[in-house]
Amino acid sequence: MRSWKMQQQRTDRIFATVILGVAVVLSLALASGALRPRPVAAAQQQSPANVVTIDNFMFTPMELTIPAGATVTWINKDDVPHTVVSVDHKFKSQALDTDEKFSFTFSDPGTYGYFCSLHPRMTGKIIVNKAQP
Amino acid sequence: MSKYIKENLDRDGVDRRGFLQCMAWAGTGALCVLQGGVLKSFALGDVLQQKVKHLTGDLSFVQISDSHIGFNKAANPDVTATLREAIAKINALPAPPSFVLHTGDLTQLSKPDEFDTLAESLKSLKTDRIFYVPGEHDVLNDNGELFHKRFGQGTQGDGWYSFDQKGAHFIGLVNVLNLKAGGLGSLGNDQLEWLKEDVAKLKSSTPIVVFAHIPLWAVYPQWGWGTDDSEQALSYLKRFGSVTVLNGHIHQTMQKIEGNIVFHTACSTAFPQPQPGQADSPGPMKVPSDKLRGLLGITDVNFIRGKHTLAIVDSTLQD
Repeated sequence: MRSWKMQQQRTDRIFATVILGVAVVLSLALASGALRPRPVAAAQQQSPANVVTIDNFMFTPMELTIPAGATVTWINKDDVPHTVVSVDHKFKSQALDTDEKFSFTFSDPGTYGYFCSLHPRMTGKIIVNKAQP
Repeated sequence: MSKYIKENLDRDGVDRRGFLQCMAWAGTGALCVLQGGVLKSFALGDVLQQKVKHLTGDLSFVQISDSHIGFNKAANPDVTATLREAIAKINALPAPPSFVLHTGDLTQLSKPDEFDTLAESLKSLKTDRIFYVPGEHDVLNDNGELFHKRFGQGTQGDGWYSFDQKGAHFIGLVNVLNLKAGGLGSLGNDQLEWLKEDVAKLKSSTPIVVFAHIPLWAVYPQWGWGTDDSEQALSYLKRFGSVTVLNGHIHQTMQKIEGNIVFHTACSTAFPQPQPGQADSPGPMKVPSDKLRGLLGITDVNFIRGKHTLAIVDSTLQD
């Protein structure tokens, strides 16, 4: 009898501990926001993804959406120089040799087409949304 | 190769057989003779020796291209050395060429020291004069100002010009400036107007040689290998009995004939590029080092007055 009761008490205690543990983890997770869906704009601001890679005579991604105020960095991974030139003359890089970078901060919402002035078949687009409040 | 043939959407009239013939020539050298508008080609070999001797006549000149001084990547870590080999090959010709045409991309990055090295190296050429047109690598950050100052003295507009030699009319065109997003090489209205006037006074029997960096025919527009307004330029040349168009840019020999016009592209002296559509991009092609010199080379052109004959001979640094 006694031994059964002790056994039962221990089981109960373990069960309670597990429940408590799960609850703590859950509440911590909720508090930290890990399980909450994040606003899209926040994800864009935080990610290191405002990078356009130039590789194989292509801008990747060809189209990038960012919030106003964000900075885009282009990096050339080709063995030949390329440029990043706005169709509307809003920005223009020097020739970028291998591994060289160019950055531009987009303050105003809008769509910005650009191309490589040396290999004009290479085109890309930056779409700038309104900044999140 | 099949990709190029299937997508034969560029109105250039290259049929499958002609294209395959061109590709078979690439890197191996070929003798091409234009007689009365008909192109005859001969593989380099015993026939060649005889024909070259026969055709060396009123005028001979050499085309070199795409030296890319300053390039130092895997495809060729020493482009100055291969340029010097090309120069040695020219200096070893039986008769020195009247002049040499450099069809652009003298440098990799338009840097003053790269232009210096190029100019210094070419001083050892045994020829009277060197004519240049810029490639896109020569006009990188200054719209061609430095190139123009050093290699384009006395030219018109953005660097175009013409001259006469032994009854033939030579025209150097610039198609690497003011390029438009999504487009190809471009000549622009000012240059087209100039060209129209430049040839207006010539007799239709005058042999014409046009040279420019980017091909003036649609070699492979998907890779930017063509010029947007070349058709208009060529329309001014339709009445002439013999027109030869020499280009660089694509780092391989290719040739086609369309009516009275022979189009030819030269090898690079620096590094090869892939055949159209045969790679992800037209970037420098790395080949085993013992194969490199078989893919670089020079182009030798011979002209006999009165016969409408131009003989074009490509030879690699290896042969």
